[in-house]
Amino acid sequence: MAKQVLMYGNTAIGEAAIRAGCQCYFGYPITPQNELTEYMATHLGRRKGCAFVQAESEVSAINMVYGASAAGVRVMTSSSSPGISLKQEGISYLAACQLPAVIVNMSRGGPGLGSIIAAQSDYLQSTRGGGHGDYRTIVLAPASVQELADLTHEAFDLTEKYRIPVLILGDGMLGQMMEPVVFKHKAPKKPPVRKDALRGAKNRKSKIIKTFTSNPAELEEINWSLFRRYQMLESKEVRHETYMTDDANLVVCSFGISARIAKGAINAVRASGLKVGLFRPITAWPFPYEAVKKLTNNIDHFLVFEMNMGQMLEDIRFGVGERGDVSFYGRPGGVIPTPSEVARVITRHYYQKGL
Amino acid sequence: MLFKTIFSGFGGQGVLSMGLNLAQAGMLEGKKVTYLPAYGAEMRGGTANCTVAISDEEIASPVASSPDFLVAMNFPSLVRFQNQVQSGGIFFLNSSLMEAEISRGDVDIVEVPANDLAEELGNLKCANMVMIGAFVKKTNLVSIDTLIKGLEDSFKKKKKLIPLNKKALKSGYGLF
Repeated sequence: MAKQVLMYGNTAIGEAAIRAGCQCYFGYPITPQNELTEYMATHLGRRKGCAFVQAESEVSAINMVYGASAAGVRVMTSSSSPGISLKQEGISYLAACQLPAVIVNMSRGGPGLGSIIAAQSDYLQSTRGGGHGDYRTIVLAPASVQELADLTHEAFDLTEKYRIPVLILGDGMLGQMMEPVVFKHKAPKKPPVRKDALRGAKNRKSKIIKTFTSNPAELEEINWSLFRRYQMLESKEVRHETYMTDDANLVVCSFGISARIAKGAINAVRASGLKVGLFRPITAWPFPYEAVKKLTNNIDHFLVFEMNMGQMLEDIRFGVGERGDVSFYGRPGGVIPTPSEVARVITRHYYQKGL
Repeated sequence: MLFKTIFSGFGGQGVLSMGLNLAQAGMLEGKKVTYLPAYGAEMRGGTANCTVAISDEEIASPVASSPDFLVAMNFPSLVRFQNQVQSGGIFFLNSSLMEAEISRGDVDIVEVPANDLAEELGNLKCANMVMIGAFVKKTNLVSIDTLIKGLEDSFKKKKKLIPLNKKALKSGYGLF
């Protein structure tokens, strides 16, 4: 087995990206993800044939991503909530041109400049496209430093396979904490380059990557083609985790760091005999609606817990439909609830529902 | 079992590296660990602190709202965290810099003259290692051997600092 190392979530993303063959990184500093930018500056910037650029703004960084992706290399950018908002125009363009890219959001409290503390208030922005136009991005929501590393690696494969930008939806806490992590892959000697890269039209017809067309029918076909791929993703790439749901009367639904806090709470209430389980989407888009629906065969009560005012709540409600009741508990703004606080909420809920 | 510890002190006292050392040793012993440095405006000047969680099972939250142990390298740290520690917990106080004025009767107090012992060893900077030595002796969270192994790993590039830090660790460990 590869060696365990103690790493920050932020730096683990950087290392995983390099090992996945990421050749270019463009970023602009923002707390709480600066360690990632710093890591790429020292570790990617020094690699032969690789490029690190601290851009003059987030908008500039995402457009550099666009350019590098068109040139066929594996490319990543990262930021935190307000910075990700600035990148949305570029993400929409990437989606339109079907250019692969990995975008990391170590989210923090909002709205506005908000705070520098971890929050989960970017769920809807992330899972509904984020920018203008009809599009989606693949959204991966890790809950530990190990998973951050694993999913970052996979993100590079997914984005190339489906030609859809992949967003890694982490949070400030995951980025700032250290945990043991194992890297399962070695960095490639030479980073891979896509075959369809724009690198001069010698011996072939010239090709243009652009997002504008004045012919609505043509644009409609582009949209259809994107949505056919989204349907494929919805059937093939949906991932989730369940924990102790087999005998559960109540299932707590959470993603990312809050799922972890919820798990601690569930362990605590299980110790006093309450039959409670956990549902956690790993792909926040495509969302595991079918898995939620399946849970409703045996379970009537769902409690959504998020560090926001109820965003994934919409997806859980959609998945549960009329087959169960859905309640919500959330703390927005960067307040990080403790497992014992969530355990109290679960217990109260459990008895109020007469379970 | 899950144990959470807050390490706190002035910036520069080696508070964060103390926590990191413990987390690393925990990892080397095959336990689940998390390390969370304090992040915010208080990083410069005032107190620096970090939280280390060590457990046999998956750790739900790296935050400690009621830690089992507090390691206070200076007086402001004691003031800040003294009411958060769990009943039955242990305070580790750097008694070179403060007197144990604690208004709680439900916790144990361990006084470690870390600065004095470090000065005796010839370098004040290793006060943190004296403290962590005493800490693992009392808490038994990890073994001193693993701690030393972790230390050797983290000083890989500054090998000449290993003997002093080892000595400091052992002097703290040998206090009780």
